[in-house]
Formats: sequence, structure tokens, C-alpha cells
Amino acid sequence: MVNALTTQIFLTIPLSFGSPAEKILDSEALLECVTSVSCLVTQTSTGLIVGSLLFLVATGLTLIFGVLGIVNFAHGSLYMLGAYIALSAFRLTDSFIIATAAGALGVGLFSLFFERFFMRRVYGADVLMQLLVCYAFILILDDAVKIIWGSEFQSMGMPAFFQEPPVFLAGGVIPVFYIYLIGIAAAMAIGLWILLNKTKIGKIVRAAAVNPSMTSALGLNTSLIFAGVFAFGGALAGLAGALAAPVRSMSPGMGFSVLIESFIVTVIGGMGSVSGALVGALIIGLIRSFGSIGFPYFIEGVMFITMAAILVLKPSGIMGKETR
Amino acid sequence: MQKRSQTLASQQRRQLIKGSAAAVGLASIGLPGISLAQNNPIRIGMPTILSGRVAMLGEASRNAAIMGVEMFNAAGGLNGRPVELIIRDSKGRPDEAARIARELVNSDGCEMILDAEASSGAFGVHEVARDLGFLVIHTCSETSALTADPKMRIPNGFRSARQGVHDAIVGGDYAGRVAKEQGLNRWMSVSPDYSYGLDTTAEFFEYLQYFNKDIEVVNSVWPKLFQADYSEPITRLLQGKPQAIYSCLWGGDLTSFIDQASIYGLMNGRQFFGVNMADYAVLSAIKSVPPNIHSGNRYLKSIPKTKENAAWCDAYVAKFDTMPLNWSWQNAVGIDFMLKAIKQTNGTDTKKMSEALAGMTIDSPFGTDGKITMRESDHTIVDYAIAWGDLQPKEPYMSDPYMGNWQTVFRLEQEWMKNKGYIS
Repeated sequence: MVNALTTQIFLTIPLSFGSPAEKILDSEALLECVTSVSCLVTQTSTGLIVGSLLFLVATGLTLIFGVLGIVNFAHGSLYMLGAYIALSAFRLTDSFIIATAAGALGVGLFSLFFERFFMRRVYGADVLMQLLVCYAFILILDDAVKIIWGSEFQSMGMPAFFQEPPVFLAGGVIPVFYIYLIGIAAAMAIGLWILLNKTKIGKIVRAAAVNPSMTSALGLNTSLIFAGVFAFGGALAGLAGALAAPVRSMSPGMGFSVLIESFIVTVIGGMGSVSGALVGALIIGLIRSFGSIGFPYFIEGVMFITMAAILVLKPSGIMGKETR
Repeated sequence: MQKRSQTLASQQRRQLIKGSAAAVGLASIGLPGISLAQNNPIRIGMPTILSGRVAMLGEASRNAAIMGVEMFNAAGGLNGRPVELIIRDSKGRPDEAARIARELVNSDGCEMILDAEASSGAFGVHEVARDLGFLVIHTCSETSALTADPKMRIPNGFRSARQGVHDAIVGGDYAGRVAKEQGLNRWMSVSPDYSYGLDTTAEFFEYLQYFNKDIEVVNSVWPKLFQADYSEPITRLLQGKPQAIYSCLWGGDLTSFIDQASIYGLMNGRQFFGVNMADYAVLSAIKSVPPNIHSGNRYLKSIPKTKENAAWCDAYVAKFDTMPLNWSWQNAVGIDFMLKAIKQTNGTDTKKMSEALAGMTIDSPFGTDGKITMRESDHTIVDYAIAWGDLQPKEPYMSDPYMGNWQTVFRLEQEWMKNKGYIS
């Protein structure tokens, strides 16, 4: 994990040719893009595409933190597991819907097991202990995936239903599959908001997040609530993995890169805030898409600077609650 | 008095008998000891990557090395002494690779190292070899500087992997011809943002423009290694409107890129030159190879089109139930060189083996003319089969390959080395 982080940092070093100013900002290209309708459409849709998947992964992470107060460092591995389960289901059934459902449900069940027998024992423990448990499962899951599916990278391929030419909108290009992806992410965002704010279950979950002991004293089974939230958060990661499977190759250890980005999204949006995760994901998505035009060699840098700036101005994140 | 002298004589006789028995006993203990040393296996250490995202590099490397060692042992080894591979997982960490190499030699009794590390690890192992003086053959690092740079050269260090500059020359030659035929003057690139991607892309375009002066490189996009999402590089490429695209993305990154580019329609009306496409891992992962794709041969059963190459591939598949990859043939060559040097020098002396290896030629199914040479001047292999061609969706994947001309490669390589300051 440390070496992968070191590699990530190393790989953000810009190229060694061109002036420093050229390396960082290509203002001409950026201006040309924002004054071109086709470029605006393409880059905005790209930002939404990148943000949608990030939102699905980060939502589970922020939900788990918001209710249980733990940082699930194994979240990226749950995303990986979802992708692989979806791959197997797709190979068996040739149905992307079944594959997606299998990915989400499979990881949800695994998360239940993980929470019940392992994470529950470290609630309230030092964060290093929680990190150790999660890291152990990262290694276990990476090796399990290698044993079951092999170390070679795998690809699901695009399901036949989505093998359509891209949609052209005002000169911009939007692949059909990504339109569905954005739609699913939007539906999840709305559905989660309704679930958490307009239903009894949501009320109970929020109560358990704010004051678990009082919630328990009122006769509600907080262990069950916590297990349910953890499983649901894991299922969201699995769903994200399943949805990404048609366009991203799979290999053991693939969860790490998505984990880092989902942490950034969660921190920007506010730990524990689902709406914050949506806002954070969209910010990161748009930074990546427009950054590839304006800051082609410094996208990662811009992302981290944005995160730092937000934290300086609002340490709890954009939609996070202030702690007293 | 007589009785005392008889007792003394008797004692001396007993001592003589005891001493003789002890001498015979010692001798008889000594002889099996020497025999045991002769039957002790020759240990070859092999640091490689067997976990994480690049685990298939290690598995492909290990498989090929095991095949080579088993054949050597089945033929009797070195005067009855078998070879034993001691394989360790560096997890892709250069510091771990260096530590493992040191441990293999210092603690595990390895007398030489078959280094199947990626470039970052290979440079670390190379420095350990410089320090401890053991023989090392690097089998996976393609970074030219490892052997081309005189500062890197050590008498006991060798490379059995292809070199980036060789691929660039042949690739530039091939792409230059295709560009001329099809009027492809406007180019872009999409390659991973680390040393291999930067160097290989720069070298490719250098030689593309050498062979075709009309080429214009309008822009380059540099996604991160193992980047999952390529939407923004793809949209950048779409906006650049190139006629042709070069990429040295590899493995899962290349597969992801092709899958994502296909749904954007990036390849429609464009030619894509991906040096790492013609690899069975990529070809099997991409469900159908899109049109307009050109590639260099990483490893294909049909290149070179010989029964020796086909037989080796079939034997590999029969043993490991998976197709060989680029790393497989490179390790097969590396272990072949190492074992031949052991046989030729009748031992494992590093100095003697190094002298034997420099300039050695072996029969190899992967050679252009059935042979591969370990060049004496810089300890790297030459005369291996390099080809480029346009890809088809199924075997042989490249039905009409353009085979690289090694005389051209040598000539241009010399100029490249002069420009780099490696030679005067």
C-alpha cells in the first residue's frame, strides 16, 4: 500500500521538457475549449461520466463513515470484488442486468460477513487497528481474486445492448453506455436522498449515526443497523465495480487507485455526507475532464490543490457538518 | 624388562592400528563429502513480481524459466548436478527486489540471478550485482539505458529482453511506410506517464520522422500508469483530430483504453499503432480486435513462423494451460544463455561465465534466423525477431508481418548511441 502510494506520488511528476509554465497551464487550449460548444459538451459529459462512477464508489465509503464512524480502507477491494463477480455472472448468463445485480448483492453479502466477524470487533478501536484489519483484507481479497480468476487481467467487453454508435450532441460525443451510467448514478443519488430523508429506515439510520447509545436505549438493534449500513455501503461499491466492468479491465489490486480517488471525493464533499459525495465527485470529474485540456501535466496536482483549498476554507468539507 | 618392552610394543601396535583405522575412517568420510558437493544443485535466484497488478509478468517469466531448467535437468544437468530455481516475489517494489537479490546470494546459496523484474526493480538488482559481483541476466527490463549507458555496464551484467530503441527503429520504419501509403501526416500519442512511456514514445516518433519527413506530431496525452478511466485522454484525442495515434500503453491499461476508445468511436477513420497490442494477454482480453490496429509483435506463435517457435509455444501451453507472453520468451532466452554458459565453462564461476556469455550465440526459436546473440559490446541480445504489422481478429493475428532488418537497426542504433553520448 505504501509503495503504491509512493508510485502514485512519483507518477504525478510532470514531464521534463518544455518550460515550467507550459507544463502546468495550456490557457490557449482551455480558452478554445470553453468557447467551443462541441468541446464544452464533450468535456462536461466526460466530467459527469468520471464523476458518476466516483460517486457510486464514494457514497458507500461516506455512508459507512457517517453511520459507523470508521474508515473502510478495504472499500476499493469491494469495488474490485464486485467487478469480478459481475464478470463471472455475465459469462454465465450473458445478461448485464443479472451481472450488475450479482456484483452488488455478492459484495453486499460479503460485506455483511466482513462486518459481522471482523470490523465489529474494532469499532471504537484506534484507527491504526481498523487500518490493519482492512489492509489484511485487501491482501486476502487480492490473493483470493488471483486464485479464483487468475492473475492475468480480464475484460468483460461491452454488452451487446450498448454496442451502439455514440450520440452526437452539438458536436460533442457521448457514448450510449455512459448515458446509462450517468442515469443510474443520478437515480441512486435521488433514491438515497429519499431513503435517508423521507423513510423510517433512513430516520433510524440517521439516529444511529448521531447517537447510537440512545438509539439502542429506545429498543432499536444498533448492531443490525450497523451491519445493514456496512452491507449497503459495500453493495454500492460492488455495484460501481459491476457497472465499470464493461469498460475497465480487471486485475488483482485494481481497487487501490479507485480507493484514493474516492477518499478525495469523500474528504472534499464532507465525511458522512452523501450529497457531499455527489458534489465532490462532480468537482473531481470536471477537474479531470477540463484539466486534461488546460492542465494536461498537472491534473493530479490541481485535484490535490482543490482538496487542500476546500479543507482550508471549510475543514469539514463542502457539505460536511462542523464538529464541536 | 622383557615383559615391559613387550607391553610397549603392544601399545605401539594398538596405536598404529587405531591411527590407521582413523585415517581410513577420515578418508572415507571425506570422499562422500566431495561426492555430495558434486551433486548439490546449482541454485539460480529469480526475483520477480508475483502479486499485485503486474503479477502476470512474474508468472509468465517463472513459467518459461521453469521449462528451461526442467529440460536442462532432464538432459543430465551439469555432470549430474541439477539446477534449482529459487523464486521470490518482490511485489513490484524496487527496494524489495534489491533486498531479495542480496538475500538470494548471501543467505540462500544462489550463485547467480535471473532477474525478472520490471525496469525499476532491474536497476536496483543491477546495483546489487555491481556490489556483490554475481552474474545477473535481466530478462524483463526493456529500458535501453540499462545496457546502452556505459555507466551502467558491469562485466557480470547482461540483458535478454528486447530493447526499446530496437522496437522504435523497426516500428518507425514500418509506420513511416504505412503513413506514406495512406497519407497519415497528423499524429498524436497516448502513452503512460512514466519512464518507459516517455522514452519509448519519444524514440518511436524520432524514428517515424526519420523515415517519413512529412509527419507532424500535434500533441501527446499522458495518462497515469494503471489509470482506470480514459475518458479525458480519449476526448482530448478526439479534439486533436489526428489521422494516426501511437501508444505504448500495455496490459490491462491498453485493454481498458481500447474498450473505452471503441465506444467513443475513436478508431473510426484513424489508424492506431500500439506497440504492445500483439500480446496474447491483450488479444484474449479484447473480445474482438477493432480494425485499423497495427502492432509490434510482443510474442506471437507465428513470429517467427518456424516449427521450433510453434513447438515451444505448444509445449508451454500444454504445461501451463495459458499462452506465453513477451516476458515468457525473454526469460526462456535468458535461462538458455545462463545454462549454456554453465555447460560451456563446466561450472558456475562468475568471471568465466561472464566471459563466455559476452558474444555468445545460441540456437533459439525466437531468433530472426534461428539464433540470438548476446552482443559483446553492451551485453544485450540482438537478432531476435522484431516485426510490425496490422492485426487480424484471430490466429495468426498478423498474417503479413514486416520483419525488422537488423542491419538497419544496428546502423541507426549506433547513431542513437552517439547522440546520447554513450559512444563517441
